[in-house]
Amino acid sequence: MTEALIAGIIVFVLATFIGVEVINKIPPTLHTPLMSGSNAISGISLVGALLVAGDRNWSLSVILGLIAVILSTINVVGGFLVTDRMLQMFKKKEVKA
Amino acid sequence: MNELIPSAIQISYLVAASLFIIGLKQLGSPATARRGNLLGAVGMLIAIVATLLDRSVLNYEMILVGILIGSGLGAIMAQKVEMTAMPQMVGLLNGFGGAASALVAVGEFWKVIHAGAVPPLDETITIILSVLIGGVTLTGSLLAFAKLQELVPGAPITFPLQQPVNLLLLLSFLACGGYLIANPSSQAAFLGLTALSLVLGLLFVLPIGGADTPVVISLLNSFSGLAASAAGFVLANNILIIAGALVGASGIILTEIMCRAMNRTLANVLFSAFGSKPSVGAGGSDTRTNQDKVVRSIDADEGAMMLGYAKLVVIVPGYGMAVAQAQHSVRELADQLERLGVEVKYAIHPVAGRMPGHMNVLLAEANVPYTQLYDMDDINPEFERVDVALVIGANDVVNPAARHNTSSPIYGMPILEVDRASHTIVIKRGMSAGFSGVENELFYEDKTVMLFGSARDMVTKLIAGVKEL
Repeated sequence: MTEALIAGIIVFVLATFIGVEVINKIPPTLHTPLMSGSNAISGISLVGALLVAGDRNWSLSVILGLIAVILSTINVVGGFLVTDRMLQMFKKKEVKA
Repeated sequence: MNELIPSAIQISYLVAASLFIIGLKQLGSPATARRGNLLGAVGMLIAIVATLLDRSVLNYEMILVGILIGSGLGAIMAQKVEMTAMPQMVGLLNGFGGAASALVAVGEFWKVIHAGAVPPLDETITIILSVLIGGVTLTGSLLAFAKLQELVPGAPITFPLQQPVNLLLLLSFLACGGYLIANPSSQAAFLGLTALSLVLGLLFVLPIGGADTPVVISLLNSFSGLAASAAGFVLANNILIIAGALVGASGIILTEIMCRAMNRTLANVLFSAFGSKPSVGAGGSDTRTNQDKVVRSIDADEGAMMLGYAKLVVIVPGYGMAVAQAQHSVRELADQLERLGVEVKYAIHPVAGRMPGHMNVLLAEANVPYTQLYDMDDINPEFERVDVALVIGANDVVNPAARHNTSSPIYGMPILEVDRASHTIVIKRGMSAGFSGVENELFYEDKTVMLFGSARDMVTKLIAGVKEL
């Protein structure tokens, strides 16, 4: 195994532990927003898509990368906006009550 | 200056990752959730801008076009989607995320091959993993979306020799993967792997349906994160690995919460094709005795009378309320009852609806104060002193058989104990069994009365009835 792979595995495992610790206690009211919000974060594949689509010369890679850019941008923008829309409803009610 | 840019990008990634972690933390509490979501979005923006500074990203015009198209579509979807359709929306977005990650891996593979190079062993392995997870997430999510949108039947779909076929596909995948590791530049093996991943995704979701959907949606959410992580391994990019791992963890936690709420293991949910066939155990003796029993049906005016003269009413919403879009009417009914001095509470089962927290979102949309929403553990001890429990479009989660009938498939599942209330009104379209295929004994109890009709019509009639009291 190369050093890069080892480093990647270390980062992955530690990040998983952080994720479990951070999210562990979550009230049912927030299950859906947590899901759509974390879903938006998984749109981070946009970063990978940009790197693959970045080449100036056209190739199959670039085309696939550009499709990935579109799909992951939908994921990111749609995910964050719809989460905000939901949380806004929760908030409005709080003010009223 | 030029040497500074790569370090600046890495530091920006670190900032973005920290913002994701803080954002997720804040999403866990109602008071800070909105800010948490915003922090996540800011982190994403930082990561994207930093990536655009990378030396290898030159194709700005096309990338800008791609981002504009994606943002437009995403914004429209987020604005237009009905709150009842949130499970589909999340399912679809999961699919897009998975597809993007798989495409990144495929694109990278092609790039290396066409540069005339042979991918090193560990890159080949990470590419295989990335294509597998991304592909399964894509087709699995699309099928889950189609089921929820009722483009295909929502019930579990099974066919003969399903498990052997799945096993065979998995073995072919491993064989293909082994071949690609031995011959890293084989395009045929690579295409085979891609196709197999896509088929596996379909077969994985095909036998799961209906009330098990919250588990699948959570699991696919987790997969979409793992897919991003895998793509991060392919590109040796830390922000992808970290963000993907965080999402993977959150999805797994929600999956576990959902499984626990049904008292079933994940493997049981995934592989048992639950509810696809009428269960033998509950059939035989039980249905026969049920046939002797009488179901009492009442009309809306009588129901309104029962509700209006109660002291404490607990409303139990289920998927039927979502399908009928009845959440606003339910809220109005509660308002009318409160006007008469009736105390109204809502009892939410963890797996009510088609995604975790589905009912909470719908009731929030209808402006129900979340202080009136009670979790199963908080409301169950109270049912003893509840005058009327009003069940709207829920079935299995209120079936007392889960408590005592050891032969029932839902035996052991924690339920909302509405049968302990003085009276129960069930709004339901017909006598059909719930998703589990089990008849609901609750309907035959002396204290239970049925209001047959669609949730929205019936609640509207109840409102009219209560207004006249």
